[in-house]
Amino acid sequence: MSQLTVEDVTKIYPGHSASDEPVLALDDVSFHVEDHEFCSVLGHSGCGKTTLLTMMAGFEQPSAGSIRVDGKPVGKPTWQRSVVFQDYALFPWMTVHDNISFGLEMKGLAVAEREEIIRRHIELVGLGGFEKRYPHQLSGGMKQRVSIARALAVDPKVLLMDEPFAALDAQNRALMQEEMGRLLANSDIEQRKTMILVTHSIDEAVILSDRIIVLTRRPGRVKANVIVDLPRPRDEESPEFIALKRQIRDLIHDEFEVER
Amino acid sequence: MTTGVTTGITTRVTPMPRPPGLLWRAFGKLRRLALMAVLLCIWQYVSLRVLDSTSRTLLPPPTLIFTAAWELISSGELLRHARDSLKREMVAFLWASISIPIGIAMGWFRIVDEQLDAIMEMLRPIPPLAWIPLSILWFGIGDEQNQFIIFLGIFFPILLNTINGVKGIEPNLIRAARCLGASEAQILWRIVVKAALPQIVTGIRIGLGVGWMALVAAELVGANSGLGFLINDARTVLRTDYIIVGMASIGVIGLLLDQLIRELGRRLLPWSRGMDR
Repeated sequence: MSQLTVEDVTKIYPGHSASDEPVLALDDVSFHVEDHEFCSVLGHSGCGKTTLLTMMAGFEQPSAGSIRVDGKPVGKPTWQRSVVFQDYALFPWMTVHDNISFGLEMKGLAVAEREEIIRRHIELVGLGGFEKRYPHQLSGGMKQRVSIARALAVDPKVLLMDEPFAALDAQNRALMQEEMGRLLANSDIEQRKTMILVTHSIDEAVILSDRIIVLTRRPGRVKANVIVDLPRPRDEESPEFIALKRQIRDLIHDEFEVER
Repeated sequence: MTTGVTTGITTRVTPMPRPPGLLWRAFGKLRRLALMAVLLCIWQYVSLRVLDSTSRTLLPPPTLIFTAAWELISSGELLRHARDSLKREMVAFLWASISIPIGIAMGWFRIVDEQLDAIMEMLRPIPPLAWIPLSILWFGIGDEQNQFIIFLGIFFPILLNTINGVKGIEPNLIRAARCLGASEAQILWRIVVKAALPQIVTGIRIGLGVGWMALVAAELVGANSGLGFLINDARTVLRTDYIIVGMASIGVIGLLLDQLIRELGRRLLPWSRGMDR
């Protein structure tokens, strides 16, 4: 329930040794994400999109420019910007229940309140009955559900997702995208979090997003800032959907040609 | 599923093999011991029929060794020595467990690593046994000297494994904890220590094994009791049968110790799948 502004963000990684050239990962990236908006950052692998998310979370600092949430520059990582990782990053020694509970304990919530929130979020991601399982007893799709529930449970201002479905097999990925789409369609707009999704999947971006930021190939610059104004849940067969997909595919393919 | 469609598919149903009977299973287990039984028979034959009585003293037949084992067990002597050895091992382990916090600190805080790494790397390659002469001068003959040698054997495997365990933590686990609002202290206690636990347990297993080997050596030269003392003492009176019984006991206890830690690891860390190695 917050706005996120990325302004003139540049990220340079110093070379590993003196002879190594510094690497320009992101070059002067700016965009603005509105309240309750679902924004995808779309680009080829290596375009610096994950770097951008890392800086939004506060794990790294931009070399120049600023990232602000509700006008305030982001500092250290906090639950107000929780992250869903590609490799789930679930705590293997905690059950599903305890993984979701962790952030709530860190916030210092009382047990009763915690249990209520955990119950609600386990229901939300459809994991009822699996509370006592350990992560290694779950499939990839289920792990990612836990990870999403864990990140949402702390009630962040912004939810950051780093290729959350990329590690899943094709069927599971499609299913998760669909469920996420349904979640977005059903939830009250005022209740919805501002969400950032980093992805290389055009389909995923078009199914889920209100806004798509297309990044260029190395170094990452903003190639296009596309508003997606299709009704939810999105009909993947509709001519508008297909046209938009084609438009974005062309943008992305351009980049591929440039590279060659 | 519609009817009639499946006619083209031939399913060959192989009958499930009947679960083998109790007798058959017992036989299966025993079969593994066949070669060992043959070797024991050969040993027995060689010792009794081939060797003359002087050499037989050096390699007594298995039957005599079993008799000796029974003697040592029924007189309580074996138990007493084993107890003394195990007590030394445990005391040394308690001291050596200081390596766990040191290892965590070295793995987590760069400054601690920088300062301690050179010292540890210098001490680590010195085998515990090389400390025996110095330790005898420092502590004299007895429990403290033995425990010191065992301590050195246990300390470094635990230390190295703890450091590796901490340094090998998935960076995203730390990041996840940070963005869920954990403080630095909470990350250290609730994430780093927990995530390193399986490797710490592995270190304890290896350490107790190395310590057990060092223990026997330490007792050979500097003790008045214990299994190492038992076999060395038996040597002075040429009781080869006692020596072999002592050696076998050392092996069996070492194995049991290893199994015990493994089992504890499995019980206490059910979430870790690395516990079998």
